[in-house]
Amino acid sequence: MKRMFSKSLLSTYAVILVIGYFYFRDSLVTTSVAGSALLFGLPLAMAAMVGILCERTGVVNIGIEGTLLFSAFLGFFIGAISKNLLIGLASALVGGIIMSLLLAVLTVNWKMDQIIAGTIINILAAGLTSFFYKQGYALPAIFPRWNIPFLSDLPFIGPVLFTHGPLTYAGLILIITLWVGLFYTRWGLRSRSIGEYPSSADAAGIRVNRLKYFNLILAGGFGGLTGAYLALELVGSFDRGFSAGKGFTALALMIFGRWNPLGALGAAMFFGTAQAIANQLMITGVVNIPQPFINMLPYVLTIAVLAISAGKVRPPAAAGRPYEKENS
Amino acid sequence: MSHLKSAITPIMALIIAFLLGAVLMYLQGADPLLAYQSLFYNAFGTSAGIAESFGKATPLIFSGLAVTVGIRAGLFNIGAQGQLISGALAAAWAGHRFTDLPTVIHLPLSLLFGITFGALVGAISGALKAYRGVHEVITTIMLNSIVLQLAEYLSNGPLKEEGQIIARTAPIQESAVIPTVFNLPLGFFLGLAMALIVWWIAKNTTMGFSYETVGRNKNAAWYAGISVKRVTIGAMLISGGLAGLGGAIETQGVVGRFEPAFNAGLGFDGITIALLGRANPLGVIPGAILFGGLRGAGPNMQFDAGVSPDIIELILAMVLFFVTAPLITKWFRLKQNNQVSVTSGWGN
Repeated sequence: MKRMFSKSLLSTYAVILVIGYFYFRDSLVTTSVAGSALLFGLPLAMAAMVGILCERTGVVNIGIEGTLLFSAFLGFFIGAISKNLLIGLASALVGGIIMSLLLAVLTVNWKMDQIIAGTIINILAAGLTSFFYKQGYALPAIFPRWNIPFLSDLPFIGPVLFTHGPLTYAGLILIITLWVGLFYTRWGLRSRSIGEYPSSADAAGIRVNRLKYFNLILAGGFGGLTGAYLALELVGSFDRGFSAGKGFTALALMIFGRWNPLGALGAAMFFGTAQAIANQLMITGVVNIPQPFINMLPYVLTIAVLAISAGKVRPPAAAGRPYEKENS
Repeated sequence: MSHLKSAITPIMALIIAFLLGAVLMYLQGADPLLAYQSLFYNAFGTSAGIAESFGKATPLIFSGLAVTVGIRAGLFNIGAQGQLISGALAAAWAGHRFTDLPTVIHLPLSLLFGITFGALVGAISGALKAYRGVHEVITTIMLNSIVLQLAEYLSNGPLKEEGQIIARTAPIQESAVIPTVFNLPLGFFLGLAMALIVWWIAKNTTMGFSYETVGRNKNAAWYAGISVKRVTIGAMLISGGLAGLGGAIETQGVVGRFEPAFNAGLGFDGITIALLGRANPLGVIPGAILFGGLRGAGPNMQFDAGVSPDIIELILAMVLFFVTAPLITKWFRLKQNNQVSVTSGWGN
């Protein structure tokens, strides 16, 4: 069922591309639309992985927005001050992990209400990044494009998939790795089991809270990578409120993709493609869809999907509840 | 007495957050004492300052109340922001569109538009929760973004002031403007009254009782014959209406029109204020006044002590942290007074 859903999303994506192709009858335009769809969609997909990792292990994370903001902030400023992109990348990863450690302490150790914990992360990140924000810093460069030899020469697929910066490749590879990891490895089975039924996972000898910590740190790494991708590769600058709601969109995509990495990737590409096509249509002046309506599409669709498929879209059963050992 | 006890944690949280803020200012090379002196003097030391503080506190009282009503009924309304914006926009439309109405009719009518549209946005989440089991945190987050985009479209498109470059609506008519009493904005007193009304309803009516029961234990409420669905929708309706009213008062009392940038963050602050007040309708008032005062006096502090007003946002974030995390109760060995809990996961 889950697979079918992500497949249907991916096939929708394919259909849209085909329609786009026939619409423009122009390989150059189609290629550029598909390429920019990837650029719109990938950061959202990567951010959705943060949510998937957390919720599959039983922790609701509405602090993705704050995680992105904080890690992009650290990545940009430390990268700019040290004039070294790799140091910037490392700091962004650390920033993401700091935020997820905070979430772990609040929810695993202190058993706080997880939604409030996420809210704290968002508000704290907004406060920190605006207080320490300084104008007049610039990165020495952004991560350069790596055209992968041979593959980038392929027609259509080459320019769309294989002419990006290193963090784009890293993101794509990690998303697929996460999907394999979650569904085909021991770690994945254990993680999902504590997200569904922690007490029997515990009875089977899994150390629930330790694994939760591990996965939350991993999620923070994903968040940090997303922040770095946005600040150091895609945009190359930082401003107050830089994440601009991407963390919340990611939450929507996580649900839309049914807590499955490939599903979320498909959903993100669907939105990215919609946005890219709309932009293209506006540039060519075919139609004029006001930008706000394109921006709200993911949110409207998420509500619609949840409302229609109520009871079928099922979150991990233990997401939101701290785990307390019985008789301890 | 129990009220005094439940105030210990928020007060401690405030003290710790301000101390940490002082450390940050000191590290930045500023004088924290001078900064706080300027902040508090300009916020609460002069009559003009108090008027400004009360004015800034007004929308926060409403958004704080909105979140509080939700928490009381077991719902976490993160959507106060969107509800407030739709209320502000609706009031701006009604305030501009209806002409030749006397103030007695036009002013409350515009407020009513604000309440209605805020309540509608809230009710969407309530109905989705009641009938389809969709978690209100998700729908309110999504609706925040949807309303924001819609407001941007409307204030930059169909409702845009003619000949204007900035995205904003035309000014409201004189007859819809909320007057000031002795320099103090009337909206503030409406806020105080509303907090009292909510508190009274929660304490003394069947409706308040059934909402509280649903908030504490849905199953028990269901067994007692209370319609959980009705309470869920009702609570979101009221919550959204309160936030919408806050937006309308902001439009009619302060801004005079709708301009997207002017309402940013007011609804989100409601979350912090509600938690700071421990989800007590009256507890919202001191929190809102404090927030409003600090916000209003921020620029003065920057002028006097050279500290960026952004420190206030950071201090407020730390307040939220210390008030909700069980740190203070641990450090000071207080008896754990029931922690605010709003939800357990995405399920029902």
